[in-house]
Order: sequence, then structure tokens, then C-alpha cells
Amino acid sequence: MTTNAVHGPRLADQRRREVIRQCLSVGIATGAYGISFGALSVAAGLSLWQTIALSALLFSGASQFAVVGIIAGGGAGAAAVATSSLLGLRNGLYGLQMSRLLGVRGLRRVPAAQLTIDESTAVAIAQAEPAAQRLGFWGTGLAVYVLWNLTTILGAIVGNALGDPKRFGLDAAAPAAFCALLWPRLKTGDARAVAAVAAVIALVVAPHAPAGVPVLVAALAAVVAGLLPSRGPQGPRWRNDVGNPATPPDEAAA
Amino acid sequence: MTLWTTVLLASGLAFALKFLGYVVPHQVLDGVIVSRVTAMLPVALLSALVVVQTFTIPGGALTLDARAAGLAVAVTALLLRAPFLVVVILAAATAATLRALGWG
Repeated sequence: MTTNAVHGPRLADQRRREVIRQCLSVGIATGAYGISFGALSVAAGLSLWQTIALSALLFSGASQFAVVGIIAGGGAGAAAVATSSLLGLRNGLYGLQMSRLLGVRGLRRVPAAQLTIDESTAVAIAQAEPAAQRLGFWGTGLAVYVLWNLTTILGAIVGNALGDPKRFGLDAAAPAAFCALLWPRLKTGDARAVAAVAAVIALVVAPHAPAGVPVLVAALAAVVAGLLPSRGPQGPRWRNDVGNPATPPDEAAA
Repeated sequence: MTLWTTVLLASGLAFALKFLGYVVPHQVLDGVIVSRVTAMLPVALLSALVVVQTFTIPGGALTLDARAAGLAVAVTALLLRAPFLVVVILAAATAATLRALGWG
């Protein structure tokens, strides 16, 4: 085993295999629901290439589901872009933490940034030693990227073949997908309160505002919750969202 | 805004936000309030998306149809720790079955 002053000791082979196994299992679990994204996207009226572009370029599950969900509901492009970007804000904070962990400079920051999502961040910070953290980040990011993009294409082709989305309940699949993405984030009382208030706001606003806007107004619940003192002893710091051992990496989806 | 504009603009902004984390000085976004708001944003947005896509029709009017039954099944599946794809398929199958039977 050699020691490098900047990057820390190298990993033993057994530990290396262990981390790679984690990366692949998270990649496969996440990749599996790329199928539902692909199918929902074409059902929403996006073309195959637009669907592929979202997975390859946007590459952040919740934002992608939001874009196609709002378009499917007849929302304006601006509302879709705004909701997607608000959901993507957290990736910026993950990036802030990952940049410390990965020590990337120059052009390597481009692939690092593109692969900065819930899953890669979760696997990275679940590791104890720096070399395993870096392996966890790159391994998970690449595994999810490859599988998510392949299953998106598969889902889009299957979705196109199905035809009328309502006949197969695809319009019920979208809220179920959002619910599954929300689920692992509801571990604290604060989070459950924010979710409840946001739901009420959205339903009250919906009949009186253009599609897509109710969701943005509901985001105010998060801003207010952030400004109020936490009810919990420590407060739901965002790091705990993915770093808490109680949250297995494969549950911190999208 | 055309669909392509929406797709590319959302993608560009998503990358810009990710990249920002790698280029801004670490102190800038590190405050407790910023962290708390950022942690709660996905919760609020996803929760709002769930109810809007379940309980409204195009135009925004509130409604109760086969999607609500699909959501109830999805929540039950999540309580039973079903994986993502199973949750989504069960919800879709529930709504599709109810519609085939003539409801919602």
C-alpha cells in the first residue's frame, strides 16, 4: 500500500470491491426507474430526442420528472424551467461539499459537476476514508449516468408503443413517482410539516393560477420553514439528508 | 417557449447550479438558513407536485378520479418498503384497472 500526501492512502482490494459493489447496486436501482421517466416523458408529448436530451444533459431525476410532469399538465415552459431549477439548487450544495472531497480542478470539474446528484453524493459521504469517498462518487455517478440514460431510451420506446397514456394509468404513475422521490425525505417532523403545508398551498392555488404556478407558490413553504427556528434539537441540516447513516444511499433517490 | 427551448434551458440551468458548487468560495452558500431552505425545497416542491398531479385536471379545477386510488396504493406500497419501480407500476395498474372497469 502506498501513501499519497494529497489523496490519502490507497484502498485495499477488498475495500475497493466493496465500494464498487455499492456504486453498482445504487446505479442499477436508480437506472430501473429511468424506464418510468422515459415512458412518462413521451406520454407528456416530448419527442424521443427531447427525452434523451433531458437524461443526458439535465441528469437529475426529480427535475426531469418535474419538467415532463408540468408539460403534461399543460404548464408553461417557464414554469417547468423554474421548478426544475429550484429542485436543482440542492445539487449546487452537494457540489460545494463534493469539491472539498474530490479536490478536482480545471476541466475535471465539468464531469464532476454533471455527475453531482443525490445518489453519487450519498454514496461518497457514506464512506469513511477519502479514497473510498472519491471512488464512491465517481463510481456511482458513472453507473447511474450510463444506466439512467440507457433505461430512459428503453422507457421512451416502450411508452411510444403503449399509445394512450391514460389507458395504462401513466397519468397516475407520475404522482406515484413524485411520492416515491419525496418519501425518503420525510424522516423529520419539520419535513413532514413542510410537505403538508406545501400540499395545501398547491391545492388552494391550483384553481386560480396557470398550470405550474401552484407548485412554485408552494415552494414558499420551504423558504418560511428555513427561516423559522427548527423544532428538532439539531434541525434538518441538508448534510443529514444524505449523510445520515439512517438513510441508505439507495433510498436517497433522485 | 418551444419544447426544445424548455429542455435545453432547464438542462443548462441544472448544469450551471451543479457547477456553481465547484467554483464559488466555500463560505458563500454555507449558512445554516441557506442549508435549511435548500433541504426543504425538494420536500415542498415534490409534495406540491404529488397533489397537483393527482387532484387537479387541466385548467386547475380539483377532482377525485382513478389517480387518487393509484396514489393511495403507491403510499401503501411505500409503507411496505416497495422499491421505486414497483410503487410506480402498482399506481399505474390501479388507475388502469379502475378505468377499464368504468370508473375515473
